Amino acid sequence: QDIDGVGPKYHLELVLEDVLHKDSTVNCTAEVLYHLGNTTAPDVQFTIEGEVKNTDEADNMFYNRTKSLEKELVGENIPDSHGNVSPEMEPVHLLAWVASGYVIWQNSTENTNFQLAQIKRVKQVKRSDEHLEFDYTILLHEMVSQEIIPWQMTVLWHPQHGVQVTQDSRQPKHA
Amino acid sequence: MKFLLVFAALVAAARSEQLFVGDQVLRVTPSNGEHVSLLRALAELPEVQVDFWRHPTSPGQPTDLRVPFRSLQAVKVFLESNNISYSIMIEDVQKLLDEEKKTMMKSRRIDRSTSTFDFASYHTIDEIYDWMDTLVDDHPGLVSKLQIGQSYENRPLYVLKFSTGGSNRPAIWLDTGIHSREWITQATGIWTANKIAEEYGQDPSITAILDSMDIFFEIITNPDGFAYTHSSNRMWRKTRSISAGSSCVGVDPNRNWDAGFGGSGSSSNPCSETYRGPYAHSEREVKSIVDFIRSHGNVKSVISIHSYSQMLLFPYGYTTAPAPDHQELNELAKKAVSDLAAVYGTKYTYGSTANTIYLADGTTIDWAYDNGVKYSFTFELRDTGRYGFLLPSSQIIPTATETWPALLDIMVHVLEHPY
Repeated sequence: QDIDGVGPKYHLELVLEDVLHKDSTVNCTAEVLYHLGNTTAPDVQFTIEGEVKNTDEADNMFYNRTKSLEKELVGENIPDSHGNVSPEMEPVHLLAWVASGYVIWQNSTENTNFQLAQIKRVKQVKRSDEHLEFDYTILLHEMVSQEIIPWQMTVLWHPQHGVQVTQDSRQPKHA
Repeated sequence: MKFLLVFAALVAAARSEQLFVGDQVLRVTPSNGEHVSLLRALAELPEVQVDFWRHPTSPGQPTDLRVPFRSLQAVKVFLESNNISYSIMIEDVQKLLDEEKKTMMKSRRIDRSTSTFDFASYHTIDEIYDWMDTLVDDHPGLVSKLQIGQSYENRPLYVLKFSTGGSNRPAIWLDTGIHSREWITQATGIWTANKIAEEYGQDPSITAILDSMDIFFEIITNPDGFAYTHSSNRMWRKTRSISAGSSCVGVDPNRNWDAGFGGSGSSSNPCSETYRGPYAHSEREVKSIVDFIRSHGNVKSVISIHSYSQMLLFPYGYTTAPAPDHQELNELAKKAVSDLAAVYGTKYTYGSTANTIYLADGTTIDWAYDNGVKYSFTFELRDTGRYGFLLPSSQIIPTATETWPALLDIMVHVLEHPY
């Protein structure tokens, strides 16, 4: 549907699947409105039918473990060339996935299809408040152009306060 | 500290070029803070070139350092005169390396049988080329290896030929790894080639196919790119050809074919991942296949395997107009995808390239189709983006296993519909 003067609008009906519990699914309907000129992120409205699995236990375990680390958590190449992610890095990987979803949303147009390809580098930034902060350099794979785009993002997280991307910027591709 | 300067001068005088021969690994235990500082300072001296395998942390904690042969005397004198205790952990690093190399080569010789090759992990180009030879050795009279050309960096372009005889029989062409970062494809290629060899005489479909047709299988279609994904950049897609007047390297080998070449489904920018190249068939990796298929003259199907997206595609990519055989190809794709899903539930979409994935010109299957090869398909294997190119090796065998019936469906259809 084309909205005059604004842009194309899509109505979607989809099924969301819990990546960690494949048998857990919820139905979702969404409306996506792209803006002509592609300078602002598309508007997204959605409703979910049913409940998403509770993750408090796993969240708190990761939160407490990371808060109590003596040295800042660091990592690179997650997953590695062979697709492996160590168990300790799995939550860091999942967090990147969620945060990159925001970055992807902000940079999507009708002609793009982004996926998180890899975490190149991640470094925890120690904070005096209750949040965990991570500085990520990720690689986004854009399907249509097939480009691999490095992107920096600063991510804040707390089990009760959710995920926040406080800063992000596209990085130059090394020639 | 004055001692350190004298010591550095001594070492600078005794330089040599040999790598690791006579090098030793010393275990040093500093007994006080001063010792720790002295060791740290030692690390800073460029002439000495000590390589800490375990860094100095605190008194009482052992530190391991590899000392190059030329600095050995000086380092030992330095430690002894400062009363820093040490012992020799490794007497000769090169000797150890030589032994390790010998054991690795021995185990590689054991790998000489395809029954011990690890299909469930990703391999290097050399390992795959070695395995090809063992496949040929294990199945004489069925499998042979041909070289159809050389890559830009002069690597051999090998094709496995599966044939039970005859002369220039109608043939099926399979390729994997044309985009080097799509590692699941080369891995699936290896498993599939092995499966074809094993199942001849056992599985009725593959037996019927090979009794009247030949199969040509190029597993590492882009060896330069593949080597580069191992050595430098896991995300490399293109060839490694140098572009005149640009600092960017490589041409997208799946935009370089002479079919709709130069349209909006490819790029004219050498720095782009979909750069089409200076002209069609400019890439040796592409030209060698073109020449092979043209001179063979009897190829009836081209199946090009890529990842990721979980799709089965057929021509065209360079236009949204339907191919003349659209209906037949569509029906065949539908069947293949259904049989694939029956294995583990993996869902694929299917259709023409332009309508299912995106406009792409200069592609392998469009060229094949426009040159008389009716049954031309592109597979996009697992997954749909969760791991993308970095598909865990634990998914290699499941991916290859589920793709097998889909490949068979296409090959059987080709056998049963001669043209």
